[in-house]
Amino acid sequence: MNHPQAAAAFLKDQARASWHDETLWYVRDKRDAASKRLPEWEDLRTLASDIKEHTLSQLDYYLEKFEEKALENGIQVYWAKDAAEHNQIVLQILQSKECKALVKSKSILTEECHLNPFLEKNGIAVVDSDLGERIVQFLNQPPSHIVLPAIHLKKKEIAELFHEKLGTEKGNEDPKYLTDAARIHLREKFLSAKVAITGVNFGIAETGEFVVCTNEGNADMGVHLADVHIACMGIEKIIPRRKDLGVFLRLLARSATGQSITTYSSHFRSPRKGKEIHLILVDNGRTAQLSRSNYRSSLKCIRCGACMNTCPIYRRSGGFSYGSTVPGPIGSILSPGLDVKKYSTLPFASTLCGSCTDVCPVKINIHEQLYAWRQEITQAQGWSGKELSIKLAKGIFTSPLAYRVSGKILRAALKSLPHSLIYHPLNAWGKGRDLPQPPASTFSEWYQKNRL
Amino acid sequence: MPPHVGLFIPCYMDQFYPQVALASLELLEKLGCKVSYPIGQTCCGQPLANAGYERDTLTLAKHFVTLFKEVDYIVAPTGSCVLHVKSHFPELKGMEAELEKTQAKIYELTEFLTDILQLTSIKGKFPHKVGFHASCHGLRGLRLSSSSELQEPTFHKAKLLLDQLEGLEWVPLSRPDECCGFGGTFAVSEEALSICMGKDRILDHERNGTEILTGVDMSCLMHLQGIGSRSGSKLRYLHLAEILNQALS
Repeated sequence: MNHPQAAAAFLKDQARASWHDETLWYVRDKRDAASKRLPEWEDLRTLASDIKEHTLSQLDYYLEKFEEKALENGIQVYWAKDAAEHNQIVLQILQSKECKALVKSKSILTEECHLNPFLEKNGIAVVDSDLGERIVQFLNQPPSHIVLPAIHLKKKEIAELFHEKLGTEKGNEDPKYLTDAARIHLREKFLSAKVAITGVNFGIAETGEFVVCTNEGNADMGVHLADVHIACMGIEKIIPRRKDLGVFLRLLARSATGQSITTYSSHFRSPRKGKEIHLILVDNGRTAQLSRSNYRSSLKCIRCGACMNTCPIYRRSGGFSYGSTVPGPIGSILSPGLDVKKYSTLPFASTLCGSCTDVCPVKINIHEQLYAWRQEITQAQGWSGKELSIKLAKGIFTSPLAYRVSGKILRAALKSLPHSLIYHPLNAWGKGRDLPQPPASTFSEWYQKNRL
Repeated sequence: MPPHVGLFIPCYMDQFYPQVALASLELLEKLGCKVSYPIGQTCCGQPLANAGYERDTLTLAKHFVTLFKEVDYIVAPTGSCVLHVKSHFPELKGMEAELEKTQAKIYELTEFLTDILQLTSIKGKFPHKVGFHASCHGLRGLRLSSSSELQEPTFHKAKLLLDQLEGLEWVPLSRPDECCGFGGTFAVSEEALSICMGKDRILDHERNGTEILTGVDMSCLMHLQGIGSRSGSKLRYLHLAEILNQALS
């Protein structure tokens, strides 16, 4: 995966890239307005961050407490150390129920575990019931954003897709019309599914219940119609008490979309009579991340997506340019923890502008973690070309004399070299920018001549 | 006794923008400071560190700390290099106390003018429409102004200074604190994105009527000016030190 190449490809269609930027900026604007309506916004962020820090510092305790309470409530609890174990557990449950088709509401964790292709390979049909996810599923694409999975697509493209897949009128782009068509299509899937899978936004250790947030009510629709509910939860989703929940629900909706509250925040505590709830607690690299002191606080993330909407890079390169399940700034600090080689360009896909850190509702110092990853990646890999030029720069900068000489040579070169050589295609600076006019002398030369 | 200021000039500014360094020197002198420019300055190491080579900046950092040992304040017409000295200088074994002193006495130029010299009535004229580029490291690193993401009282150190100039019209922007896409090595490693971000910033200024684009980091302005010049944009670029120094003369 190479972010610069993917970004350059995305930017080839400038009008589209600009539309993508504006679309996500609109969401960021809504988030600003919503957060600014709460005088206590910064206090909420601090509180949420503190609660998460505390929970992560005693994660083992809270997880065991959560499991104990969940078992008391009649929930069946499983532990999965990685994606493969998680997928296997899901498959076993499905096989024991002789289930061949299921509905699934939005769950980034199941994307991370690549559950859909695994189940399909095992003969089980999965229907993503979130509208955006259903759209990208039709296209055989992963979500390009964790909250807005189909944000990279235009209305026109969705109209064409629905015409082909759902038989809607050709050329009818009316959002209400298209949504109604999706609703009818999904209704049929909901009614026939015996098993529903959901993600988990918050697990409450004190009560053993868990909370799932959706705007479409699709998690509830799926779960209420099915006999078996399988909930897949990352182990970092724990919060200690039910009274902590309000802090996060207030931050989550405002940060994600600028809403005051997510439309449905559904609590699941005990299975209804004759029904089952299976809860899978998944590690998949989280314990390893917890052990890395520079990056452990990335586990505070509540997956609101605000860092994506604010990121000037994400907005102009699209979610797919990251090539990781979680794109954007938060993805760029989480993904190298899973595979540092594969995701080595991601921490460099940033100007370290820090907007992600300021927008984050749980105060993750994202841009500082990007900086920290860079230090580790260069050490681990030694990029030859870059390494060389850096060493060269180091050689120049550490010696005042060499620095003066090389500066002079450079300035002289800019004056005398032909335009075509300075703006060689390999010269990435000169491709889209002119170079500054070289002055007659440096400030340092002027100072020594005139002031000393 | 006037404060003794050591002027720190970023390497690219020394090489390409000596007029900005000179403006900073003259400005501080006009404001009554005793200014010296220690000879032998090199790069602070920021480009290396941000590219992932902080471990290679040890010698540069030691050199820097030693060079500015004697002055009361270190002042630099750059936000990003100052942030680097403050936050990303590597651990200097055996020089911990000196490092701490250096980090405590270094100021970006505008914050030195507003926080230390506490300028509130600059006598000067600058009858132009000025658009300000808030460089990210100054903005969110040094907190030179409030950030649009946070819920905090609005403040802006550069605006505090520019508003004192007669005739200056401050240009409000649609996105007042979005990154220009310079980002050091990012400018070449993510060239396509970097250019796109720069173009978007220039467009925001043009649409809102900026005549002169200013800021506290010449590196961002160099990037923007390079893009603007290539595309035939009419914007003019001046570092904030140049505006203040011109206005005061």
